[in-house]
Amino acid sequence: MASNRIVLVAGALLAAVVAVTAAAPWLKTPVLLALANGLAVCGVIVLIRAGQVSFGHAMFASLAGYGVAFMGRAWQLDALLLIALGTLGAALAGALIGLFMVRYRGIFFGMLNLAFSMVLFSVLGKFGHVTGGTDGLRFDRPTFAGQTLERAGFETALLALALVLALAAGWVVMRYFASANGQALAAIKTNETRLEYLGISAKRVFWGGYVLSATLCGLGGSVFALTQGLVTPEMGYWVRSGEIVFIAILGGSGHALGAFIGAFVFEFVKLYAAALLTGAWQMVLGLVLIVMVFVAPTGIFGLLSRRLAGAGASR
Amino acid sequence: MSAALLSTRGLSLKFGGVVAADAIDFDLMPGERLAVVGQNGAGKTTFINICTGYLKADAGTVLLAGTDITGQSPRAITRRGVGRSFQLPQVFGEHTVRECLLIAASAVQRRGGFWAPLAQAVDAAEVDATLELLQLHERAHDLAASLPEGQRKLLDVAMALVLRPKLMIMDEPTSGVSTDEKHGLMAVLMKALDERQVTSIFVEHDIDIVRRYATRLAAWIAGRIAADGAPEQVLRDPVVVKNVIGE
Repeated sequence: MASNRIVLVAGALLAAVVAVTAAAPWLKTPVLLALANGLAVCGVIVLIRAGQVSFGHAMFASLAGYGVAFMGRAWQLDALLLIALGTLGAALAGALIGLFMVRYRGIFFGMLNLAFSMVLFSVLGKFGHVTGGTDGLRFDRPTFAGQTLERAGFETALLALALVLALAAGWVVMRYFASANGQALAAIKTNETRLEYLGISAKRVFWGGYVLSATLCGLGGSVFALTQGLVTPEMGYWVRSGEIVFIAILGGSGHALGAFIGAFVFEFVKLYAAALLTGAWQMVLGLVLIVMVFVAPTGIFGLLSRRLAGAGASR
Repeated sequence: MSAALLSTRGLSLKFGGVVAADAIDFDLMPGERLAVVGQNGAGKTTFINICTGYLKADAGTVLLAGTDITGQSPRAITRRGVGRSFQLPQVFGEHTVRECLLIAASAVQRRGGFWAPLAQAVDAAEVDATLELLQLHERAHDLAASLPEGQRKLLDVAMALVLRPKLMIMDEPTSGVSTDEKHGLMAVLMKALDERQVTSIFVEHDIDIVRRYATRLAAWIAGRIAADGAPEQVLRDPVVVKNVIGE
């Protein structure tokens, strides 16, 4: 899809989000959750670029979320600072865990991430005196850019910030994909041997991608935690990691825009499926994914991209 | 210090009971085009795998322009100026031909910092010159995976050549290529290597190719160099005729 068309689609989606949430304020929370998911999915598509799938990346969202909760409770920091510090924490954790993870590929990579995430999940659940156990940690609504806001005002401000962060994350991911490091990351998928025989360290390139991926998941986790005012170990449960991968496939992993389209479709299918078919909403999501795999294996963005390219060509 | 570009002393490697490299002493002088011949299992690929860091020798040393590179990683040896191509071309199938070379060039040159788009981060003129040198410019925007085998072989070499190596080691550059195309492919390869003044080693089974393009020939038998010298002289050696060429 030509980049000006992508900007048009992104602009239209942005305008739709602003219009819809202004008309129906109750939609602010699901939109915020979709944006938080979209940020995390941006992280996962970085790994998919290298042909790797992590089934444990919700751990970075969870780490950042708990960071936000701990710091919010202990020091009553501002929301902007909480997001920055939560994300930084996830980035540092990604840098450390990544040193080990980048040695593995394929199913081993996927399962080791899952194993790490489940260790974190257990720690968060078992050390209740520190982490609040399975009930999680609740924290007061922080100030936003120095302003004390009521719930509605805080949600609106957080929504505006999340939209800006989504645009920035999308730009960063696409810029990274086009860079020399991003292209080398994509080459890991097809030929790691050649990378080494060019004098490029595949592990170092992958580590850079892993840290970016953890950072974006952390950013999503920070926004998620502030939206809820509550963090629980479920944030890092393997099912959450699976959902992030699910959304990446649904939206299409070729472009950051796909991550957000997928996140919105996922959130709203889940919302309506849960309301209309309580107890069977997972089945609805499963059917949606099966249909997508058959109809649009490159995800919604891939389908949209082909349609728009076709329309452009026939003009 | 020896003036040799590549030297090995007592290079040995066994796979279980099979001797793949048997105390090999070898010198390659700058400017030579060495062809390596031998039957399957004679140790040709093992030798180049040790020299390029893919395998570690049980004993012996490998020197590049007098510097000991024994046991170094493929990445370190590549950075020291040794390019390599493979019997099965190692290209980035989901990238275009030009992108493959841009990625390769980014290994040695990086401009504009971490975020610079790949095409701006490297010297695109160098990439395009290399594409033209290996006659790949007309396929520059095709996916590497879509190329026929001969052009994939050329791309494999081009990706190493854009690094400006001192030495190029090619494992069977004409295997999998039709007899009609072999000479054309070798002519392009050798012209490119000459133009860039790159010393080369190539493993080859086709004796016509060896006669025409090599300036020196080494015949491998059971992990040892059985004969080494001018191609015509080595090809007349009775041991080589019996064990390598076939009577």
